[in-house]
Amino acid sequence: MKQEGVWAMGMTMAEKIIARAAKREQLIPGQFVWADVDTAMMDDLLGPRVVIAEQIKRLGNTIWDRDKVVIISDHYSPAANITQAEILKFTRNWAHEYGIRQYFEGIGPCHQILAEKGFDRPGTLLVGTDSHTCMAGAFGCFGTGIGSTEMLGVLVSGQIWLRVPESMRFVWQGQLQTGVYAKDLVLKTICSIGQAGATYKVMEFAGSCIERLSVDDRMTIANMAVEAGAKTGIMAPDEKVFSYLDAIGADKGTPVYSDADAKYCYSAEFDAAVLTPQIALPNEVDKVVSVTDAAGETIHQAYLGSCTNGRYQDLQEAAKVLRGRKVCDSVRMIVSPASHSIYNRAMRDGILQVLSDAGAMIVAPGCGACLGLHSGILASHERAISSTNRNFVGRMGHKDAEIFLGSPASVAAAAIEGCIADPRNYLQGVLV
Amino acid sequence: MSNLQGKVFLYGDNINTDLISPPQYLEKSMDIIAQHAMEGVDEDFSKQVRQGDIIVAGENFGPGSSRETAPIALKMSGVSVVIAKFFARIFYRNAINVGLPVLECRNIDDIKAGDVLEVDMGSGAIRNLTTGVSYQAEPLSDTVAEILSAGGLVPLLEKKFGDKGAT
Repeated sequence: MKQEGVWAMGMTMAEKIIARAAKREQLIPGQFVWADVDTAMMDDLLGPRVVIAEQIKRLGNTIWDRDKVVIISDHYSPAANITQAEILKFTRNWAHEYGIRQYFEGIGPCHQILAEKGFDRPGTLLVGTDSHTCMAGAFGCFGTGIGSTEMLGVLVSGQIWLRVPESMRFVWQGQLQTGVYAKDLVLKTICSIGQAGATYKVMEFAGSCIERLSVDDRMTIANMAVEAGAKTGIMAPDEKVFSYLDAIGADKGTPVYSDADAKYCYSAEFDAAVLTPQIALPNEVDKVVSVTDAAGETIHQAYLGSCTNGRYQDLQEAAKVLRGRKVCDSVRMIVSPASHSIYNRAMRDGILQVLSDAGAMIVAPGCGACLGLHSGILASHERAISSTNRNFVGRMGHKDAEIFLGSPASVAAAAIEGCIADPRNYLQGVLV
Repeated sequence: MSNLQGKVFLYGDNINTDLISPPQYLEKSMDIIAQHAMEGVDEDFSKQVRQGDIIVAGENFGPGSSRETAPIALKMSGVSVVIAKFFARIFYRNAINVGLPVLECRNIDDIKAGDVLEVDMGSGAIRNLTTGVSYQAEPLSDTVAEILSAGGLVPLLEKKFGDKGAT
């Protein structure tokens, strides 16, 4: 698709999106601008109930454009206790009171719902009260996480101040081997620069490997850009993205692409063919090793779900590993499909049946276990492998619990063995 | 902006938002969230911290969540300023927006827990009253200084939008 607009040469796609939003032709990294927001997303955890509902009354009590605001209750749904239930009720009522028609509840983590409902439009600026809003970058959309007070500013003005970030370019060439996935690719990338390696910068992903990946896989990569400190993780929108948007009847936005002479503050190239399954060890996302170096580490819980890795393809890969096998007696395996529509499709296609037959518990779409709010909290000294995005101390429950991060197939393999295990052994039919 | 003075609470690199403001308390009131500030890294923090005290940390303070309960909890605990080698992006913005002063300063390795610092937010000058050593932090950008001077983003926005309201 041809990109619209007139650009000075030498710009990255992130710079072009901010330039359009700030009504400028040229921008340079480090510059402060006020930018018009295309979509503002709030969740139940950090949305209206924090600061916003109270303080908006001091600021005119009016929302700049209701049609550009989306509220998605996902963290506390379904509620585990009365406090959580009250938060959901408050958020639901607030959306109604302020005339927000785009309110969704209980159908999955907000970033997946934004994608499925067509809000991740190429070339647009999307802000959300959750750090993983960067996932929209898979569509060539500049998505970034902001705080509640900042969201309040957006709600009343439609604008946000941004410091134009420098861009880093990560080129992945070649093809991933069997048993190696987008999750492994992004863990390896984060490890290569460290958890603060992209602070205040944009991570732009490119190369033949990225082009081969599905939009679902690309979402996994963009989702985790914030784990390296990035403002967003972004990729050029291509035919796969446009087909995705077509299939849901969504607007294609205004796609932009990085110029051949765009300036990057960092550039690195990787060979996908030599990548092995990767595991992030407790308690840092950049403490990454090959699965063979972590094999044998005992786990008590295996969690498959979240905006990072709970999509259809993820469930399918886990099912390939678990088909005809059993989850180890010492392990609880919990599966939370990333949305209601994914849940239904996986149910119709028998994938949930395979997982359930293996002994997994299938729970509602939502954020619950990922940050220890409900549906699978860890006790002290328990250890989990999780397909989610963060393994900080206390993330999934007790602060003495430990979390390993890996791909859905690695989660499934560990569930079978009761310890970290190489998923390739199950996918190639060779047991070591 | 006036000078700040307080006792140092010292932490290392990558003090993330799950450590500063653990997720299991987020459904509680802000008072309770603040009582559990820094619990993931220092269980005694909320008992020992006094009004005006200063957090000094290493690289990348505040990575992770967009939850501004992290800077709010520190502010409510009495922390007057957080000094770190550098901050994670969202935490930095949130701190400014809720009116918690933050300064970036690289060469702070010799500051010890319990030292008393005097900080000039206007110039970024830091003086260690315990050891007599001085440090120079990155001065705040104009945009950031304007928000902090107003006491946070809401008071600043109030000037612009406050008179439109029916309330």
